[in-house]
Amino acid sequence: MGTASKAVADSRANLPFVYRQYSAEQLKHVLYKMYLIRRFEEGAEDSYTRGLIHGTMHLSIGQEASAMGICMPLGEDDQITSTHRGHGHCIAKGAEVKRMFAEFFGKTTGYCKGRGGSMHIADVAKGNLGANGIVGGGIPIAVGAALSSKMMKTGKVVVSFFGDGANNEGAFHEALNMAAVWKLPVIFVCENNGYGMSTSTARSTAVKNIADRAAAYSMPGVIVNGNIFSEVAEASYKAVERARAGEGPTLIESKTYRHRGHSKSDRNRYRTKEEIEDWMSNRDPITLFENELREFGFIDDKGIEAIRVAVAQEIADGIEFAKASPSPHVSETGNYVYTEQA
Amino acid sequence: MDAMVRELSYAQAIQEAMAIAMEMDERVFLMGEDIGVYGGAFQVTGDLVERFGTERVIDTPISELGGAGVAVGAALTGMRPIFEFQFSDFATLAMEQIVNQAAKMRFMLGGEVSVPVVMRFPAGSGTGAAAQHSQSLEAWLGHVPGLKVIQPATPYDAKGMLLAAVADPDPVMIFEHKLLYKAKGPVPEGYYTVPIGKADIRREGRDLTIVATSIMVQKALDAAAVLEAEGIDVEVVDLRTIRPMDKQTVIDSVKKTSRLMCVYEAVKTLGIGAEVSAMIAESEAFDYLDAPIVRLGGAETPIPYNPELEKATVPQVPDIITAARDLVKGVR
Repeated sequence: MGTASKAVADSRANLPFVYRQYSAEQLKHVLYKMYLIRRFEEGAEDSYTRGLIHGTMHLSIGQEASAMGICMPLGEDDQITSTHRGHGHCIAKGAEVKRMFAEFFGKTTGYCKGRGGSMHIADVAKGNLGANGIVGGGIPIAVGAALSSKMMKTGKVVVSFFGDGANNEGAFHEALNMAAVWKLPVIFVCENNGYGMSTSTARSTAVKNIADRAAAYSMPGVIVNGNIFSEVAEASYKAVERARAGEGPTLIESKTYRHRGHSKSDRNRYRTKEEIEDWMSNRDPITLFENELREFGFIDDKGIEAIRVAVAQEIADGIEFAKASPSPHVSETGNYVYTEQA
Repeated sequence: MDAMVRELSYAQAIQEAMAIAMEMDERVFLMGEDIGVYGGAFQVTGDLVERFGTERVIDTPISELGGAGVAVGAALTGMRPIFEFQFSDFATLAMEQIVNQAAKMRFMLGGEVSVPVVMRFPAGSGTGAAAQHSQSLEAWLGHVPGLKVIQPATPYDAKGMLLAAVADPDPVMIFEHKLLYKAKGPVPEGYYTVPIGKADIRREGRDLTIVATSIMVQKALDAAAVLEAEGIDVEVVDLRTIRPMDKQTVIDSVKKTSRLMCVYEAVKTLGIGAEVSAMIAESEAFDYLDAPIVRLGGAETPIPYNPELEKATVPQVPDIITAARDLVKGVR
């Protein structure tokens, strides 16, 4: 990403990180993408309700600033591993929503040709090595990708997204340890939304902050308010710099909240309406970012409205694309199990 | 010019294959527990660290799940890791990465990626290592689409199949019987491959087909030599690959001999012998059978420590001789 010019930078000297670091166009694009993530998931939820999507899905509504902030300093060649709650990561890393919708609809034009669905959404060309249905499954894989980067000297940085639930999996601990021992260019991003399905971190996790666990692996552990885009992006920026300099991994804990339930089976018996309402009304990441952009003079109401309209159009077009796309034929069920060899 | 053929042990053959693979392709590297200066628990990597350095012969922490995952991630992003499990039993710690990730990644992503990882598993009983270091778990992994699972039985095949595995774009799991590591056999110098998915007829015969895997191949050959003196002519098929299985070679053999016995060390129930038997029962070879199919497999028990008990839990040469004799003479 480019940076703001010197004169502009001086005028923003007292503003939070992203307003000093990035251009107005870049920041408006971030708002666009945060809306795109939100509307994509609302569109997916609506399509599910209409019976156009089967199976289940895990919505990250309320976590958009976390996905966008972490991916902000990444280049197209950098890589991520994602989670079952990974739609935001996928869009933040550059995926097209039309091909994501197509995947959710099980169509051949989807990113995984209809074989993966929501839980395995990926966009390898843009560096998303895939969402993962196994909590913690992507963490060692990200360390492996970082080992490739180091061995092949590609300079790539790898981000592993996971949730608070994953911090109690053995894979988390084994992977962090190896990344630290080998000083690999990987960033561990725990999006702590307070609940592993229904079990709160207070009931499941011995440490108060998941970032505290970084000390056990001799790496920086950084806590950010995951609903404030600038805070997340700043932490990510520093971690990326550290990784690229060969200084090793960082654990970032991005404290956030999912507005929706765990998945479509959630009866919401483990948290109160008041708690959800508070996060939705007072700490919505898009509202917070939008307010800052407006306050600091990066955008006006007209500009915001234009973004909303454009996003709505992209979502509508994406759903139409998915609907119109062909389904795979049942004769192709065995494809992609093994590499086709001549 | 033909490559020079020497006598090498099975372990030396594997080590030579890994060295050749690393010399040919800088993406190939080794990972595992104590495979560096220690040389591996069974001295298979030996002194390779001196030749290729610690950056390509990587000692991992004792973290089978994480280590396997790192190998999967490296393979997914362009490297060609060969991951050594210290004992095949420790696959149980890494099943998540093997079964959910390595095996399914290509499929889940619609063919957009491949995972060219090789995992090596020292397997089997006979070393007095008792129940947690002696298992034969190849059928567990053989049950998973997306994996290829091989069991070379000779030094020649161990080298050639490992080189084929490294060249393969998909995850290949190699089960190496620990008692074979010191077995010697002819191995050509230089690069050659033995195809994955092809069985090998190790001995031709008319009266009975024995389909054997891994260390049971040699035991079947030893039994066949004894039976020959009694006028029983045994054909020994070395399955070599359990997924994807070479069905045709087995079918053709059974059509010729009209009798089938499967010999394998893993627990008999739900093992590779069940699969081979069912495959024959479903094939045109069924009509050629003159006798019921016989399976000789491991006992329905963990592997015991006591050496006599340990031997008794897996098929031995006299067991094969007796069962073959009974089968051919119609005692069963």
